[in-house]
Amino acid sequence: MRRNGPLALTFHAIFVIVMVAPILVVCLVAFTPEGFLSLPTNGFSLRWFRTIANYPEFIHAFWVSLGLGALSSFVALLFAVPAALAIARYRFRGRDALAALFLSPLMIPHVVLGIAFLRFFTSVGLGGSFAALIIAHVIIVFPFALRLTLAAATGMDRTVEMAAVSLGAGGWTLFRRVTLPLILPGVISGWALAFIQSFDDLTMTVFLAAPGTETLPVRMFLYIQDNIDPLVTSVSACVIAVTMTALILLDRFYGLDRVLAGKGDTGR
Amino acid sequence: MSMAADERNARAPWALTAPALMLFVGVLLIPLATTVMLSFHDWGQYKGIEPVFILKNWHEIATDPYYAEMFWRTFRVAILTTLLTALLGAPEAYILNRMSGRWKSFFLLVILGPLLISVVARTLGWALLFGGNNGLVNKLLMSLGVMRSPIPFMFTETGMIIALAHVMMPFMVLSVWAALQRLDPQIENAAMSLGAGPTTIIRRIIMPQIMPGVLSGAIIVFSLSASAFATPAIIGGRRLKVAATLAYDEFLNTLNWPLGAAVATLLLVALVLIVVGSNALIERRYAEVFR
Repeated sequence: MRRNGPLALTFHAIFVIVMVAPILVVCLVAFTPEGFLSLPTNGFSLRWFRTIANYPEFIHAFWVSLGLGALSSFVALLFAVPAALAIARYRFRGRDALAALFLSPLMIPHVVLGIAFLRFFTSVGLGGSFAALIIAHVIIVFPFALRLTLAAATGMDRTVEMAAVSLGAGGWTLFRRVTLPLILPGVISGWALAFIQSFDDLTMTVFLAAPGTETLPVRMFLYIQDNIDPLVTSVSACVIAVTMTALILLDRFYGLDRVLAGKGDTGR
Repeated sequence: MSMAADERNARAPWALTAPALMLFVGVLLIPLATTVMLSFHDWGQYKGIEPVFILKNWHEIATDPYYAEMFWRTFRVAILTTLLTALLGAPEAYILNRMSGRWKSFFLLVILGPLLISVVARTLGWALLFGGNNGLVNKLLMSLGVMRSPIPFMFTETGMIIALAHVMMPFMVLSVWAALQRLDPQIENAAMSLGAGPTTIIRRIIMPQIMPGVLSGAIIVFSLSASAFATPAIIGGRRLKVAATLAYDEFLNTLNWPLGAAVATLLLVALVLIVVGSNALIERRYAEVFR
């Protein structure tokens, strides 16, 4: 009973093919030498990757996405690391409620967040600004930053800290020289996962982005709404490549299985 | 754990969480509350938003059949997507779990990896595969003899459900996978030694034990599908609206923000009720498993 029969393996093969097919087809079409959407049947060409250079709005959007992802994940960690240390180490009134609040952006539909942020930032005069995008992204990536940092802080061996305290370290020195290095793998993985979430978000960002602050997914979405051509497949292939790089980083520092296991809790 | 320096200061946890708490109250809770309030405001083509308290938007949503149809479509698509992911994802998780070490982790990565790849890119892939009457999917299905004439996938609910199921599948596989990890493999052998056939084992031993995993996966998939934006917008086109794409239209095209806020508020409330309600039901039904 422990072995899969031929029927199960056939099902598995079809399942995997269907899961991979859409991503594969995007990457293949990106290399087409033709001027229209087609699979590259006669040779591969980088033609459509070079064409991206003629569309400065895509390149600009890429830098916006990259900067937004890097910065908002960093800012989220500035708030998340102290919060994670408090939640991991203390039993205090309201601890569960706080944790639930901090994880709540996972459960609120991003379209609702987009609307709430659009209204809010317009009313405080930040509508369409990069600052507004950063603040909004800090909120949506916060749960991911918090969760991985929390896991690291909970599993940390605190005897090292006590040794440092007995040697006279305190406050900031204790944190910077002892605590932070110990939880650093969790913090870096939290940053990488938060970056991916920010880099990929469309639903919320599409409400906030204005010309000039459009992120890559927003730019791609608006482009696809008008027409689908090989250009947008080559841009997508680049996006997939960036995500893969972040994934490899995550795998090296943390183990992808642990990251994904955490992601399965979304919506609970 | 006696950390005298820490415990002396009972305010420490509050000092550490205060910045994040202030951020969440200021930038999340207050905007959410004002959005709910916005749905009670008035709006006119020329006068814009008027901050008065009226039920106009709610009345419009309740009486205009357009909104009933749109919400019904949203939930129909979400339910069918959930069913599709459960019917295919649960057996796949079971098959994965029976594979040997290296293959198992390889295929787990292949199936779960797409979770982190841009939804726009994944949906674009489906748009390419569907692509009109001579799209790859139609060609393949016809050459396999599954059907004689091409059926439209783009701009249909069928296409929307297939693409959404692909986007959501990793969540279901992951959830069932987690349930399978708690299962003792010896139980299957015990059942077999007592004379149970493979069908009986699956129906009487495996199914009841992975059901909580399937159900909690279903809640995740349902709530994410009902609020999905990118996939319905790209595959459904401009005509086939769901709650998220309609709210987007009201906000960025029609500029009727109060109505858009009402649609979004209704979506949020409906989802919270459904998710909290079914969570409670599952936990009562399967109290044994969660203990």
